[in-house]
Order: sequence, then structure tokens, then C-alpha cells
Amino acid sequence: MTKALVATDVVAGYVPDLAILQGVSLTAETAKVTVIIGPNGAGKSTLIKAIAGLVPVSTGHISLQGKDITNPRPDQMGALGVAYVPQSDNIFRSLTIRQNIDLVLRNAGKDAAMRRDALFAQFPALAGKQTEKAGALSGGQRQFLAVAMALAINPSVILMDEPSAGLSPKAAQEVLEYARALTEQGVTILLVEQNVKQALRLADHCFILADGQNQVDGAAQDLLDDPVVGQIYLGGKRVAPA
Amino acid sequence: MIQNLVDGFLVGSILSLGAIGLTMAMHMLRFANFSHAELLSIGAYVALVFDGLFSGIYPALSGAIAPLSLTWALSLAILVSMALTGISAVLIDKLVFKRVRAKGGELSMVFASFGVAMILRNILGLIFGLDPKLYSQDIVFAIVVSRDPFLLVKPDQVFTLIAALMIMFILHLILSRTTFGYSLRAVAENPSLAQVSGINLNRMIVLIWLIGGGLAAAAGVFYGLTNQINPVLGRDLVLPIFAATIVGGIGSIYGAVLGGFIVGLASNLALVILPSGYSPAVPFLIILAVLLIRPHGLFGEERA
Repeated sequence: MTKALVATDVVAGYVPDLAILQGVSLTAETAKVTVIIGPNGAGKSTLIKAIAGLVPVSTGHISLQGKDITNPRPDQMGALGVAYVPQSDNIFRSLTIRQNIDLVLRNAGKDAAMRRDALFAQFPALAGKQTEKAGALSGGQRQFLAVAMALAINPSVILMDEPSAGLSPKAAQEVLEYARALTEQGVTILLVEQNVKQALRLADHCFILADGQNQVDGAAQDLLDDPVVGQIYLGGKRVAPA
Repeated sequence: MIQNLVDGFLVGSILSLGAIGLTMAMHMLRFANFSHAELLSIGAYVALVFDGLFSGIYPALSGAIAPLSLTWALSLAILVSMALTGISAVLIDKLVFKRVRAKGGELSMVFASFGVAMILRNILGLIFGLDPKLYSQDIVFAIVVSRDPFLLVKPDQVFTLIAALMIMFILHLILSRTTFGYSLRAVAENPSLAQVSGINLNRMIVLIWLIGGGLAAAAGVFYGLTNQINPVLGRDLVLPIFAATIVGGIGSIYGAVLGGFIVGLASNLALVILPSGYSPAVPFLIILAVLLIRPHGLFGEERA
């Protein structure tokens, strides 16, 4: 197993001197799905944003395939092969579907048209609506457009922040299954998910965060089967602190 | 009534040009820039200076392009003014707003913009005096287009309207046909997502000030062509431009264009039923009405 993405003792927060992440570490294996779960306020989204360069890391390191990428400029993440799909507002609603894709492909030069066609071949539901405003798409289609935009940069790693949020169970399943399928193309997926059971069934590895710190991590299936973890984090009765 | 409609359309085109830059900067930098209208004043005065300069160096350029009062020298001066006002906007950002942005909040930016507006207005007054200036001393008579209903139009007004519409059309082509245009719209809509989509936000901030300043300069010159130039031009236009931006929806470039025409038309049509002294109040009423009925404006959405 090779490590695609490694976060080591990351301390980060939106405001200086107010750290949300307090020494979080995480490893995402190449071509695997790694899921981050935890209660609200655990710092899951902050961690993924810190990796994407949207939240400043005050101490700790983040490396991509062994190369340090701590505090990158967000607009340069694509060039490093990392795509980020935000939880909401992850498409440009005022642009058409094709314009959304062309925007990401604007530096692709002569290959742009070929790559756009290849993307639309992967997402036939979007292909038929290329000239429609992206804002008119359904929640599930928007999520697929966001994924298509992420794929447009030919990423080695995709960071996804709650891709199933606000979707119907069927659409959520489709999006998560698509993320899973991307690993077969060698893409590493790191996702934050509230839909814990569904995500664990699809994921290879899982990190559980609480209060900005690592709690438990392990193989997703093991955590899914663990009665204690299930009781605390998967909707079971909470265990009273000792 | 028809005369008010035509005048409203003309004023609207000028307001639209001013509002485009304001809406982009407001949405991207998250502050109400009360100094934006001063860029119209800067543009108007820079064009005045270069008009005189070009006419002095090449007297042949000082001839009017009949039937307009516009000279060849002023035509060239407009282009220079657009470039220099754009650069001024970038410099103002670097000298003031960028520094305040780094340390202060949105409210600090708003107050800074008030300060910048006062400083710019007074610098212009200091340099050019408080007396109104004209691009041309020649009297250009209005053409009677119709006697019933009575409709008077000056050739300069027609030129101004056509030129403003052409600039907006060129901008529309850029916005709808080029990936640079998509980038501009993307940044105006959702700066954070634009950034993770590979757009260099700092570079876009510079470009947005350049474009916003350039369009404001054109608006300032067009206003000066059909009215007169004075250091309080920005103060007089700041409210209508804000109204246009709010009506269109902050962040929507097309909304700003439509908002400009709505405010221009409403202000002029109000003169049909109200004494002219009440005309400046109309943009206030429009802002209030929009904020009450549709707070995000016609094309705006709650920002990301």
C-alpha cells in the first residue's frame, strides 16, 4: 500500500489562536476510499479544507506522495493533482454545465475539447444538458457536475466534503458508488460523510474525529462491525464518559 | 413621458457601466465600496486632461466629429482614461483596501471606502477647481425627433447610448464566449469555489479593478459629455449606482446592467409625477423596495 496523502499532527482553524483541529493525523492510501466521520463540530470539514489550502495550518504537515504541501495556494491544488469538491455551492450556478467544465479545462490547451467530450461520455445525464444553467440541475446532478469538474483536472486525489448532503438516499448512494468506482481508475478518495453507515460500507478505511482530535481509526468494515464504535458514533446509545 | 423614457434609458446606460465594476468588487471583496463612483470622476477628469493634451500636440485632432461635440482627441482620451482609471483602481486597492482587508473586517473596508471617496473628491477639487468643466464649449443643438409627442435628443446622447451599449455588448461577448469571461463570472458568483477551481484570486482582483475602473471611466466621460464635469460627480452618482447594483443583485454582472436601466428609467419617469427636486430620492426608494421585496435583487442569490 502506498500513501497518497498524509496529514501529521495538523493544528488548524479559521481564526488565528482558535484551533479547531488540535493535532489531527490521517493517511489516505492510494486508490482507496478513506472516510472521515465524527459528530458535528469534530473538525471533519476543517481538516479537508486545511488539506485543500482553504484553512491555514498553524503547525503540522500535510504531504502528497511524500512531497510537503502544507498550506498550499488553493488555486494550485489542481496542478498538484488534488481536486476538492465542497459540500454545498460546489458548482457555478450562473454558468451553463459546459461552461462549468470549460472553466476548469481552460488551461488544457488543445486537449480541452477531447477531455470535455470524455467527461461528458462519463456523465451522459449531463451531456444532454450542456447548454442549460447549472443552477437548474437537481441536487444529484449538481453533485455529479461537481465530481465531473473535479475529474477535469485529472486528479490523483479527490477531497469530497459530504457529497451526499441534501441528496435523496438513491442519489446519495449513486454519488458514493461513483466515488468508489473512481478508485478503480487509480484515484484516491478522501471524503467527509455524515451518512456514516452508507459511507463505511463503501470505504476502505475510516478515521473518526471528535473535538478536533483523532479518536479511532481502522478498516471501515471493522469499525462498522465494532459494537462500541457503533454505539458511540453510528447512531447507537452514547456511552457515558468514565 | 417619451422624453423621460429616452432620458432614463441614457442615464441608465451610464449607471449600468458604473454598476458592473461595483457589483464585481462588492461581491468578491465583500464590502460596499462607496468610493467606486469617484472612479467616474477620475475617468472624466483624466479624459479632460488628455483631450487637451492631444488637441495641443495634434491640433488636427481637435475637430469635432459632426454632428457630435465629441472630438477625435476626446475619443482617444477616453481610451487612455479607461486604462489609467483602471490602473488607479488597482493602485487604490493596493494602497488602501488591500491593507485594510488584511487586518480589518468588512465594516472597516466600508469606512475606508468613505475615506477614499472624500480624499479623491477633494484632490480633484484641489487640482481642477470646483467650477464645472465641459469637454466642448461648442453649443450642440438638440434634434427634434418628434413634435407629438415632443421628443428632443442631442447627437451626443445618441452616441453615448450607442457607445455604452456597445461596451456592454463586448463585455457580454467576453463573459459568455471566453473562459476568461467564465472566470470573471465564477469569481463574482463564488470566489472560494473559483479559487479551488484553479483561478488565482489575487490576479482576478487586479483584473476586476482594471475592468471596473475602465468601465467607470467610460461612464464618467459619457456623463460629462451629456452634462458637465465637477468634483462632486461621484457623490451625485454613488447612490444611483448602488441602487442599480442592489436591484440587479450583488455579484450579478447582467443584473447590474439591468439594474442601471431600471434605476435610470425610474428616476426619470418619476419626474412625470414628482417635482424635479424629488428625483434624487428615487434611488433611495428603489433600494428600500428591493431590500424589502427581494433582498438578493433580481439576479442575485444568497452568497456562498
